Amino acid sequence: MSDTTIPRVAETIPEEEATSVKPRRMSLNMGPQHPSTHGVLRLELELDGETIVKCQPDIGYLHTGIEKEFEVKTYQQGVTLTDRIDYLAPLSNNLCYCLAVEKLLGLEIPPLAQWTRVMLTELTRLNSHLVWLGTHAIDIGAMSVFLYCFREREDILRIFEMYSGQRMMTSYFRIGGLALEPPRGWQQRVRTFIDAFPSKVDEYEELLTNNRIWIGRTRGVGCIPMADMLDMGVTGPMLRAAGLKWDTRKSQPYSSYDKFDFEIPTRTEGDVYARYLVRVEEMRQSARIVKQALEGMPGGRWTADAPHVVLPDREKMKTQMEALIYHFKIVTEGFRVPAGEVYQAIESPRGEVGYYVVSDGTTHPYRVHVRGPSFGNLQAIPRMVEGTLIADVIAAIGSMDFVLGDSDR
Amino acid sequence: MLPENLKEHATAAAVEAFDADAVASGKLDRGELTLEIARQKIVNVCRFLRDELRFVRLSTVTGVDWYPEEPRFEVVYHLHSLDRNERLRLKCRVPGSDPEIDSVTGVWRGANWFERETFDLFGVRFRNHPDLRRIMLPDDWQGHPLRKDYNVTGDRV
Repeated sequence: MSDTTIPRVAETIPEEEATSVKPRRMSLNMGPQHPSTHGVLRLELELDGETIVKCQPDIGYLHTGIEKEFEVKTYQQGVTLTDRIDYLAPLSNNLCYCLAVEKLLGLEIPPLAQWTRVMLTELTRLNSHLVWLGTHAIDIGAMSVFLYCFREREDILRIFEMYSGQRMMTSYFRIGGLALEPPRGWQQRVRTFIDAFPSKVDEYEELLTNNRIWIGRTRGVGCIPMADMLDMGVTGPMLRAAGLKWDTRKSQPYSSYDKFDFEIPTRTEGDVYARYLVRVEEMRQSARIVKQALEGMPGGRWTADAPHVVLPDREKMKTQMEALIYHFKIVTEGFRVPAGEVYQAIESPRGEVGYYVVSDGTTHPYRVHVRGPSFGNLQAIPRMVEGTLIADVIAAIGSMDFVLGDSDR
Repeated sequence: MLPENLKEHATAAAVEAFDADAVASGKLDRGELTLEIARQKIVNVCRFLRDELRFVRLSTVTGVDWYPEEPRFEVVYHLHSLDRNERLRLKCRVPGSDPEIDSVTGVWRGANWFERETFDLFGVRFRNHPDLRRIMLPDDWQGHPLRKDYNVTGDRV
């Protein structure tokens, strides 16, 4: 064959392009089905070689109109929606919404309910951190941690099931207290779990904390300066890993958190490894809180003394006319909430979750806005990954611990 | 004009001292301070609050639709000062005929997505916003679902 019949490759490319040495930029679409994006986050990445030049997060794939839905539910029915916002920390959302509405109503919650709420919310934090640790480790390549984490998570879900009949969407906290009387035998169940738990955390730490691959993948990765994080609305363990000792449980205590003795772990490095250490230490602290709640659990009622809000006991309903009337009113039309507005913020496993509830004096909320911690945190992704290598994106976004249901609502 | 009971409140008094015209009204309800700010002054007030009173965090921006009242929309800002351990709510009334307000992204970059969300779901436009697109709904979506006159049943027109 002669050279004249087959054109050489160089001839098919225009002269100026073939000779230029300018590197080509490449766009990479990561997600929304990418397994390491934990849900339906989509990142539009612009790459120069392996370096990220530009990152544009795209959210909204999980938008379900929950805030609109609140407006057609009664206040009590709204609790069931809050589970579905952050499905890894349902009880934190239950609690925040209940606290907001109770503030509007001016309700006093009995100590037993408050302490049970604290105990279950801390178990939720353990549950959420365990899922985070397992999936984050699997992203980075440590397969076995996942199995250990889900073993303990299963125990926690069993405790939730014992309380509420549900493993994930518990809706166990109600406006005015708890949905049901705490079940018989719960102390033993929780004690068995919480006594063994610190040694389980040691197991995870043995697998990861001094693991050279783990350190190599996480140390010095995903740092953001503190001023930028505050400016962008980042909250939670990410701030604490960079040295800010701020936790709503301590700074503005709610639901009798001020009666518990616990530390706020902080680090100063602010990288993915520091976030890991902070969350692991938070698990130990949460275990401490659960233990204190278990030992000092007060007695008394599990619902507030507010017959116009809380459903009456079954027995009373059958013997007292007033109780029957209240029951009928609450079930058919709900209870009226005085006009006004409140913003209640609490510390969820991911950061500050806030409920802004506006009441116009009727039985349905006029407006409920949910400030999801993931929404604020996700904004900082471009700041975190631009200029770094693509392989670090997985470690960096995993360390944020976001839930897309929480950000998209 | 601040009501009498708020003249003693440090934050409320400081904002009024900064710009008396900016504060339309204020109230302290259930321990939460709310200041209603004139729409055109919002950026200046926010900058003052961040720089002088150390409200370094903007927790959230959202809207409330008081249809059929006018001015129809309320844009609500929740601020948080870590140093003072204090939260503050700012509100601006925005008319339905011209739902537009200055963006505070120049004060806190974090306002970006919160304002986009408010734009998406309420149709309130934020002037000088760097990237005012829909965030939750598809770009070709018609209408703004959190408005009270949004049709939720039957055919969407």
